[in-house]
Amino acid sequence: MTDQVSQSGWRAWLTTDTPTSRRQAKLSSWYHGWLAFRGNTMAMFGLGILVFLILIAIFAPLIAPHDPLAQDLGNRLKPLGESGHFLGTDSLGRDILSRLIYGARITLYIVILVALIAPVVGLFIGTVAGYTGGIIDATLMRITDIFLAFPRLVLALAFVAALGAGIENAVLAIALTAWPPYARIARAETLTIRNSDYISAVRLQGAGPLRIITKHIWPLCLSSLIVRITLDMAGIILAAAGLGFLGMGAQPPTPEWGAMISEGRRFILDHWWVATMPGLAIFTVSLAFNLLGDGLRDVLDPKDGGS
Amino acid sequence: MNAVDISDLNVWFGKGRDRVDAVRNVSLTLAQGGSLGLVGESGSGKSTILRALTGLAPSWTGQMTVAGKTLGRRRTRTFYQTVQMVFQDPYASLHPRHSIDQVLSETLTLHGYRDIEPRIEKLLADVGLGPSYRFRYPHQLSGGQRQRVAIARALAPEPAILLLDEPTSALDVSVQAEILNLLTDIRAERDLSYMMVSHDLAVVGHMCERIAVMQNGEIVETMSVEDMRAMRMTHPYSKHLLSASMGLPTDEALSDL
Repeated sequence: MTDQVSQSGWRAWLTTDTPTSRRQAKLSSWYHGWLAFRGNTMAMFGLGILVFLILIAIFAPLIAPHDPLAQDLGNRLKPLGESGHFLGTDSLGRDILSRLIYGARITLYIVILVALIAPVVGLFIGTVAGYTGGIIDATLMRITDIFLAFPRLVLALAFVAALGAGIENAVLAIALTAWPPYARIARAETLTIRNSDYISAVRLQGAGPLRIITKHIWPLCLSSLIVRITLDMAGIILAAAGLGFLGMGAQPPTPEWGAMISEGRRFILDHWWVATMPGLAIFTVSLAFNLLGDGLRDVLDPKDGGS
Repeated sequence: MNAVDISDLNVWFGKGRDRVDAVRNVSLTLAQGGSLGLVGESGSGKSTILRALTGLAPSWTGQMTVAGKTLGRRRTRTFYQTVQMVFQDPYASLHPRHSIDQVLSETLTLHGYRDIEPRIEKLLADVGLGPSYRFRYPHQLSGGQRQRVAIARALAPEPAILLLDEPTSALDVSVQAEILNLLTDIRAERDLSYMMVSHDLAVVGHMCERIAVMQNGEIVETMSVEDMRAMRMTHPYSKHLLSASMGLPTDEALSDL
């Protein structure tokens, strides 16, 4: 009974039209966003998968039934469910399920690092180009064009070849190839925002370009960028897997999903599960990010004035 | 000393063949504590004069003097503490992601005030919004309330001159009257000088002592509001505008048909 009262009290506090403090106003707008997001079943499904993935990555040592690196050549290429290996074993007798569980850490690591680098670079370049215009705009956008002109994986391969193989370099290479679309989006958003009255109004208060870009333009670009990031996540995972598959990303024996597929490729006809299981994992996570991105697009659309 | 002196102002947009001369050889003065209305049809360059004055229109020639200081290419912060502007559309002039509190506190911070809390409360009270509005976002406010917030923002640096760019044209009639009364009260309290742009002669007649009529980027006639009420005007376009606003057909308008 009291629980119910306090719960409805919280809800009323969060959904009120007359917030009484800065904190309440912020929380209330977040809560409204969450309510809109929660109504989208597919997006919630995607979010559920990703939360599950994060939990797996955090608790990998507790969940994994075997050591992901322990080789057992007598037990190699065992099919699903045999001798305590739920998803079978690979060509060196390592437990595939454990490798997938530990691989979630690497996948998340790659995704998070790329998501921290590429959109920030793109946002900065795009908004500066869009707001200042003129020669700076032209220069920055031609550089962006040059990066856009190359196919992503080919450019990433070139970077990795120059930097040396390894996860960090793969992340760097993917980030370096992923920022141009963000710069384009940020610039396009900035062009529509920069001549609006609220930007003129803050200029009349003597605000400089730096403040206008970071405090007034960034918050409005952010939502479309977040949506774009989540939609790109699938592509980033696939690019990382592609680099791993080509031997340019994570190095053996690291249980990276793409590298695992690459290994399983040799026996795909006789021992299909070795390549299929990591493939399914990549597929599921990519799908989850896409669903999440679709849901976020509905919630974060800046054109509806944040309501 | 006049609040605003403008002489031979030319403002244009674009260059080469795309060049549009929005304002041509305009000279006008706004007396200290006075109020000047700029009227004319859409595209006659009324708003452009305000934008040039506030530094929002980049390409202009001529001389503009505000409170005795001649304006250069760049506006200083002191200028923005003297001159502020209220924009036409309150739905476009407030940042959609900033609460009223953020809008006002940022403005006050930019102008170097320290006592932000009491000032925000005072500003909201001055424009007739209760403290309950302080943490709302623009989408939680009506058009009239938004325009009050925009007025509060313009008043924040305690300017001497307020530029009003059709402050009521985006609002419905009953709210228009409230905002106009608010502006009249504020002017009386704070001894402000107003320069107001409108296409509505009734609004300008209510608010302003002097009226400048614009057509095609030029001022065709300047008169006092008494002259306007008594229909003592010389230029045919002014006559046309006034009779149109009173709903009377003129000989000229009839001959146009």
